[in-house]
Amino acid sequence: MASIGTGYDLSSTIFSPDGRVFQIEYATKAVENSGTCMGIRCKDGVLLAVEKTIISKMLVPGSLRRAHIVDKHASLVVCGLISDGRVIVDRAREECENYLDFYGRPIPGAILADRLAHFVHLYTLHWSVRPFGCAILLGVHNGEKQGAQLYMIEPSGVSYRYFACAYGKGKQAARTELEKLSLNDKQASPQISCEQAVKDLAKIVVSVHDDSKDKEYEIEMIWVRDGKPAAMVPRDVVQKVHDEAKREAEADSDMEDE
Amino acid sequence: MEKVIYVNETDAQRKPLLPSASSSVMSGLRLTAGVPLKDRDDSVLASAAGAPVKHTSRPIVTGSSVIAMRCKDGVVMATDTLASYGSLARFRQISRLYKATDHCVIGGGGDMSDFFELCETVRKETTLEYCYDDGHMITASAIHQMLARIMYNRRNKMDPYWNYMLVAGWQHGKPVLGYVDLVGSHFVSEVIATGYGEYLGLPLLRKAYREDITVEEGKKVLQQILTVLFYRDARTIDRIQIACVTEKGVEISEPTKLETEWSYKAFISGARASDVSTW
Amino acid sequence: MTPIQPEWTSTEHSMGTSIMAVAFDGGVVMGADSRTTTGSYIANRVSDKITPMHDKIYCCRSGSAADTQIISDYVRHYLSMHAIELSEEPDVATAAKIFRTFCYYNKGQLMAGIIVAGYDDKKGGQVFTIPLGGALVQQPFAIGGSGSSYIYGFCDSNYKEGMTKEECITFVKNALSLAMARDGSSGGVIRLVIIDKSGSSREFHPGNKLPEFWQG
Repeated sequence: MASIGTGYDLSSTIFSPDGRVFQIEYATKAVENSGTCMGIRCKDGVLLAVEKTIISKMLVPGSLRRAHIVDKHASLVVCGLISDGRVIVDRAREECENYLDFYGRPIPGAILADRLAHFVHLYTLHWSVRPFGCAILLGVHNGEKQGAQLYMIEPSGVSYRYFACAYGKGKQAARTELEKLSLNDKQASPQISCEQAVKDLAKIVVSVHDDSKDKEYEIEMIWVRDGKPAAMVPRDVVQKVHDEAKREAEADSDMEDE
Repeated sequence: MEKVIYVNETDAQRKPLLPSASSSVMSGLRLTAGVPLKDRDDSVLASAAGAPVKHTSRPIVTGSSVIAMRCKDGVVMATDTLASYGSLARFRQISRLYKATDHCVIGGGGDMSDFFELCETVRKETTLEYCYDDGHMITASAIHQMLARIMYNRRNKMDPYWNYMLVAGWQHGKPVLGYVDLVGSHFVSEVIATGYGEYLGLPLLRKAYREDITVEEGKKVLQQILTVLFYRDARTIDRIQIACVTEKGVEISEPTKLETEWSYKAFISGARASDVSTW
Repeated sequence: MTPIQPEWTSTEHSMGTSIMAVAFDGGVVMGADSRTTTGSYIANRVSDKITPMHDKIYCCRSGSAADTQIISDYVRHYLSMHAIELSEEPDVATAAKIFRTFCYYNKGQLMAGIIVAGYDDKKGGQVFTIPLGGALVQQPFAIGGSGSSYIYGFCDSNYKEGMTKEECITFVKNALSLAMARDGSSGGVIRLVIIDKSGSSREFHPGNKLPEFWQG
């Protein structure tokens, strides 16, 4: 070893002398290189959005999905490695099915998030596996009384519930923008509608995307609204909102130039 | 002394109270999605290990006939709403028609607990299809085939799902109607009836069938046949449901009462002293 | 083995029973007799066949005493864990679903006919029946056990939609008394459990103070 402090990043079963597990931090890096993912809890549901980098012009639009339906009342987006995410999607679907099977009611968001967090965390403990190179934004609707909820699960296996959250390349800027939206009233009840949130998130994606540096992208959005099953926001709707956001952004920058 | 070791001796003889649920309910500490030994295989392993073959239980809460006709513009299917307990008319408001997808209905007779379980199995499959969100939904004939495989698989374990089922659907602009039963027999046909309906209803269905018959006409035919079945099948009641699958989707009627006729002159006058025999 | 031997030495305890549950607006009334027999010997004349599953969910048990006890123990366990995880009161439908899971997957080994009833905020008073094979059926009211076959007619003619709690109590008491009077495997006292939004309460009606009907 070249010097003290090296060699501690080869396995997630070894702590570094200052108490860190480098493998988990490296996994986090994989997530931070990914297109920005965002979610908002709205008054009539929950909306998730992801900026999906187009890796090849020869791909059919809509392929390599990052937004997934997990059950009639639950959806998620994958931030980071798509293939790692798919394992979690499979697991999420399994958890949903088993819960409904046994208890005769849909799995609540908190429990699903908790179980997925357990699953992700497990991959940070064992020598023969590596941590997941992805974070998960989870949008679940818990019925009339509790409404919709938003969770984020990170590669370390922690999960928190959010009013709004962002992860990926543009997370800093996106989080700042999300904080500017007046999401809640004083009682912490959500104020924005899903329809409005679609526009807001499209704008944020446009604003955090660096055209000069970043690759081309498309936006994928998924929502779970009151009384409706989880569904992708129709592509033409997203396209329209996206175009509008781009136009506005251009107009703004033109004004600044003047 | 020589000791004989049976394959999976302890596993095979142990029957967990809760099947796969025990491994799946609790979350967490399982790394891979390995397929656990399905508990129904226990009986097979047990018999391989020399244990006596367990005989299947009999149906307990049962539904009677299901009848259906494939029409020009869709499929119609009908059942009564009874679930019997032996000869006791125990549950009189049960639906034996299950809407599987927007274009598929399953009608079931035989053991109702098994039928509910099968409907759940189909529901899981359709939910998964919904999750894939790829613009496709499982077709009626795919569901029909899936059920046939499930039924055949279980009969090979000497533990059949004790059911007779009809699957009706609309796919690729055409109506489909199929049959599956407890041993895994399956076929498609323009008219099908199960249970008593097979004896009393099928001839009537065949007589009424035309290639250009419409669902509206078909509904009336089914209603008449269910009336006949009510007269002659002791496990039937006069409350029925009719399902209709067309291009527009599935429509299952509310339970309705059958109109019956008891007032023929000879019925009213009853037995007379001059009759050569008793009624 | 001597061929002549009292049957109760070899027979298992079973609850040839009369049980029932009726939902009213805002709750349920459950009732049961108290006889447990071993063959024709009354092993227990004051058994309690109405078993708590949670604060506002109970079940009435019929069939093998051993089988129904163990199943309800399991369900109570799963339901209490579920309630803790949920940090709210469980649905009646959930309790019924867990019962049916046990009864259905072990149908070959079990002799259990169970009525699950209770109250939850979502759907109010509810009654579910799980007969022998493990089917799960929701009903406005349910009767079960060997005694029930004698009172189908009474129940069909006396049940009315929208009965009050008091009317339901009278209905259950009368129905069970009639069943117990005709079914040799039912008898003893009538126990009632009444469940609504505020919780559960019990009533006890001793065998010498039951409603009486035609005695001939």
